Amino acid sequence: MVFLNRHARRPAAQGFGSQSFQEGTRMQSNRNDGGWSPYLAGALVGVLAILSAYATTVWLGKTTYLGASTTFVRGAGIIEKQVVPERVEANEYFTKEKVKVDWQFMLVLGIFAGAFIAASTDKSFKLEGVPPVWKERFGPSVGKRAAAAFLGGIVAMFGARMADGCPSGHGLSGMMQLSVSAFVALAMFFGVGIVVAAMVYGRRK
Amino acid sequence: MDTAQIMGLVTGILFGFLLQKGRVLRFEKQVGAMLLKDMTILKFMLSAIIVGMVGVALLSDAGVIALSHKPMNVGAILVGGALFGAGWAVMGFCPGTSVGALGEGRWHAAFGIAGMIAGAALYAELYPLMKATVLSWADLGKIGLPETLGVSPWVVIIVFIAVALGLFRWFESRGL
Repeated sequence: MVFLNRHARRPAAQGFGSQSFQEGTRMQSNRNDGGWSPYLAGALVGVLAILSAYATTVWLGKTTYLGASTTFVRGAGIIEKQVVPERVEANEYFTKEKVKVDWQFMLVLGIFAGAFIAASTDKSFKLEGVPPVWKERFGPSVGKRAAAAFLGGIVAMFGARMADGCPSGHGLSGMMQLSVSAFVALAMFFGVGIVVAAMVYGRRK
Repeated sequence: MDTAQIMGLVTGILFGFLLQKGRVLRFEKQVGAMLLKDMTILKFMLSAIIVGMVGVALLSDAGVIALSHKPMNVGAILVGGALFGAGWAVMGFCPGTSVGALGEGRWHAAFGIAGMIAGAALYAELYPLMKATVLSWADLGKIGLPETLGVSPWVVIIVFIAVALGLFRWFESRGL
């Protein structure tokens, strides 16, 4: 609880290299924007994860943990099925992961809905085509941002499927279960993320 | 919708709501953490993990729920984890947060989502090649840290919580 109070009183972070970054953060750490302490919101996600593990065990007969990245495989399979169904049928990976709208697929759709509900009820919903931090570094071009996000998305998902999880599956669920793979995966995610972020966004104008 | 789908949807709505309230869906928060300038997502993740790990340990000790470790496949975790980290830094979203970011109006997340669907399709195409190479280097199996270290899960949990609380203090003292 001490952290919640400290957080609420804490002024905006100091020492930011980029002006817009500082502005953006100051705005978002402002308690008046309707946001909750990340400690509180995070702890509630912990409670949700426990309840969900319990509920899926009781009602679905199999303990199911929060995750997101497998849904992108199923999404790709569902789209490909419209065009080349026999190719999906013959693909070993699609067969392994089963192309269907399952619990996790609905979870991911639910994240969209839940975020929309939270954002529209506290007026933090904002249409944004280029994030301010990106704009400061690379300019206002939507095309540039779109191309980078698309390419970054390909690499990230390729990696997540290889590692068999993302910051939800490894980062939250794997860590909660004290899986060795989660500790190593999370270290790689952040370790390489820190290096690449410094290379991409680090240079000052 | 069947029971599983309804349960997934309800859980997802609550998850998305909390992700948005914690303000962790945003590009600046994700990239801010990687630039070591804004630790919001680490505060959020570590809080979720320490609460979750206690509950999961209690329920699995009681035999109520089953653990399901992901395999510690060395090549897969190291190479895949590195690729994910690199893509994450450029995209500014992870798979779960990208969908939530779209929900709070940050529509540029859609390009990342499209990229991730393409990346998943590409992985499905190259899976046989991956299986013959990276995935077959060394698989240590579905292992947990307590068994590997030969200690009780509670030892790991207590140490983890102590480290997390120390980090929280440090983040707050530095205004991160």
